[in-house]
Amino acid sequence: MAEAVLNTMQFVVFVLSDEEYGLDIQMVNTIEKMVPITRVPKTPSFIKGVINLRGDIVPIMDLTERFGLTKTEETEETRIIIVKFEDIQMGIIVDEVKEVIYINEEQIESTTSLTKEGLMENVLGAGKVDNRVITLLNIEKLVNISVKE
Amino acid sequence: MDMSQYLEIFIEESKEHLQGLNQSLLQLEKNPQDVPILNEIFRVAHTLKGMAGTMGFNKMAKLTHDMENVLHALRNNEIKVNTNLVDILFKCLDALENYVNEVVTKGAEGNEEYSEIIKGLDAILNKKDAIDAAKDVAKSDVVENMANEQGEKAGIQHITSNFKMNHYEHNLINKAVDMNLNVFKIVVVLNKGCVLKSARAFIIFQTLERHGEIIKSEPRVEDIEDEKFDFEFTVVVISKRDAESFQKELMAISEVDDVIISTIHVNESEDIDEIKSEVQEVSTEAHQEESNHDIEEHQKTQVSKNNIKTGKTVRVDIDRLDVLMNLVSELIIIKTRLEGLDEIERNQNYNEVIEYFERVTTNLHDAVMKVRMVPIETVFNRFPRMLRDVSRSLNKEIILNMSGEDTELDRTVIDEIGDPLIHLLRNSADHGIESLDKRREVGKPDAGQINLRAYQDGNNVVIEVEDDGKGIDLEKVKKKAIDRGFINKDAAKNLSQKDIIDFLFKPSFSTSDAITDLSGRGVGLDVVKTKIETLGGMVEVDTEAGRGSKFIIRLPLTLAIIQALLVQINTEKYALPLNTIREIIKVKPEDIKQVQKQEIILLRNTIVPIIRIGECLDVPPSDNQNKLLTVVVVKKGEKLSGFLVDNLIGQHEIVIKSLGKLLAGIKTIAGATILGDGNVALILDVNSLAV
Repeated sequence: MAEAVLNTMQFVVFVLSDEEYGLDIQMVNTIEKMVPITRVPKTPSFIKGVINLRGDIVPIMDLTERFGLTKTEETEETRIIIVKFEDIQMGIIVDEVKEVIYINEEQIESTTSLTKEGLMENVLGAGKVDNRVITLLNIEKLVNISVKE
Repeated sequence: MDMSQYLEIFIEESKEHLQGLNQSLLQLEKNPQDVPILNEIFRVAHTLKGMAGTMGFNKMAKLTHDMENVLHALRNNEIKVNTNLVDILFKCLDALENYVNEVVTKGAEGNEEYSEIIKGLDAILNKKDAIDAAKDVAKSDVVENMANEQGEKAGIQHITSNFKMNHYEHNLINKAVDMNLNVFKIVVVLNKGCVLKSARAFIIFQTLERHGEIIKSEPRVEDIEDEKFDFEFTVVVISKRDAESFQKELMAISEVDDVIISTIHVNESEDIDEIKSEVQEVSTEAHQEESNHDIEEHQKTQVSKNNIKTGKTVRVDIDRLDVLMNLVSELIIIKTRLEGLDEIERNQNYNEVIEYFERVTTNLHDAVMKVRMVPIETVFNRFPRMLRDVSRSLNKEIILNMSGEDTELDRTVIDEIGDPLIHLLRNSADHGIESLDKRREVGKPDAGQINLRAYQDGNNVVIEVEDDGKGIDLEKVKKKAIDRGFINKDAAKNLSQKDIIDFLFKPSFSTSDAITDLSGRGVGLDVVKTKIETLGGMVEVDTEAGRGSKFIIRLPLTLAIIQALLVQINTEKYALPLNTIREIIKVKPEDIKQVQKQEIILLRNTIVPIIRIGECLDVPPSDNQNKLLTVVVVKKGEKLSGFLVDNLIGQHEIVIKSLGKLLAGIKTIAGATILGDGNVALILDVNSLAV
């Protein structure tokens, strides 16, 4: 049992254009409802802009744009997941946040076979839980972009 | 024992102490006779040694120890302050600073032993005997005269004692007499029934030390401690008090049978080692008064020294301050939000609350700002030392006058302003101040003056670096600019003085023919300018051939909260810092003309280029059907540009926030701020948008 706990990670599961994705809960700060986003000029298209998060300016990323997925409409369920890696804070727009699940290391499979090119390098692996396949994202890679004119 | 938790404190304090030593040493060089300063240096050096020893930095402790030896000799008047000595001491400080820096980067003191410096210190100590002898000869004449004089005045009996004095004591007594202090020889006779002689002696020593300094005892202190004495011992005490009060106080101690006090005057003696002392039972009134006066003065200087030291810094974690700042900014946001509600609720109470709230936020703002403010002294402090070194290496005599050290600036500015100022000071010393021969030729005093001034001017702090040197040779600069291809010959003819000076701030531009260690590589002024501009400030130059030049730096008091004009472009809101805005005008669309593919307008006969901000920022074009266009005229340096906007929203006090690491690379945006409705507005970087 103890060993199982050691190898188990917790993931926040969310939906993005009808697919399920997971983020390591250690890196997730908060989950916010949608707020107005201020566009920032001269940034890549996947940077939607910045928001005011209780006095902090936080950039917001649209993963559908980044991974080349089908865009979805904003609904009541749309959320912004605020992640933090080292000292970089960033928000990710998702269609819906579902749950927090435990995934054992053994349940994670490497995903070299993924077809979407933009996605591949940002993925830790695929977590298989009860017939579901959850794409686990690598936050370090996600935030590791530099925006220059 | 784990010392790492003390490491930070050690580093901070060592730096502080070294800075203090630098300053004191400079003062000592100016007033070699200043005993309080010498004591202060000694004390600080001793503390440093102790700290280094505790932390296990043995090399550092060794160096401070050797330094302390020299200081000790200095204090005992065995050696004299001279430039050579001060040089070596400064080298010691540099070495110690290197040790500390090594500790900062690596956590250990490194392997450098600075054996040369240690050798230098030893050499000074070894030489002292020779110097000593010479000095004693000189001194003895004076002493003789004085002793005779005083002997006559007092008309007192002379008792010759065969009390032996060595060099050191001899000198101390000389010095004490010079300072009009009393020197007593006190013979204490203890009761024959006294059991704990050493304890009794200890009490007596303590009593004496409360009012003076014991410079000698017979038998030696160690022997007294071991009870290796009969029932009587003799001490020599330097004190400002008179004999009677000592007599009284000592007699009050139990088991003391007798106290014989005699005043010692130093006489010339054939053998320096043996001094005949004169005795004076009662001090003359005049003598007393004089010495009192002297002591008062002494105390005064002491007090003023203390004042300098009380400027202790409170170390505040800058992160904590940022949190505080954040809170304040939120308060300001709420304030703005409440103001917006005003129209709906026009209740008297409500207005009062708003007023109160506003007062609180203003106070809080001020308080936080003050915490962030640091006197510029912390930067200026290191300049006298630096300029001393520079002037010596250039072989020029330079006097640095500083004023306005207490002018306060935001911490972030303070941290950055040091390097640019060093550049400017070195520039003045190297390029500005002429060589000695040249100065004499043109009839200027030998010593060049550099004035470093800081003062507050409205919302700005102004720092001036002024020298009385030769000024900037405009023709030479112009010629160089042509040589370098910055400008062609014909165009150069029409340049104004300001235009020419601007060349100095171009990268790799130096007018000095010879490249020296200090400057002349031309990497100075452009760096200065860039740095100051990133701090939101600007540099101006004032120069007059033959009279000197003046560099004027203007810096904003703070970088955190500014006044801004909010403008609207299509639906987006942007903030423009108010201090960059010259004026706002309305123009008809047909007033905008094309010149070389650049849109311009004529503003009172000045050509002002028009920039369609919306296009620069990729804002979708608006269907603005206004008959008049709104142009915000901004200034970048002296040049004007007109920013075309759709709408003006108004003037607001905004809190500048960084866009974060991720978006830091966007040039056109200087930062972001949070508006009253909680939304984010971007702050435009006028310098990069303007033409």
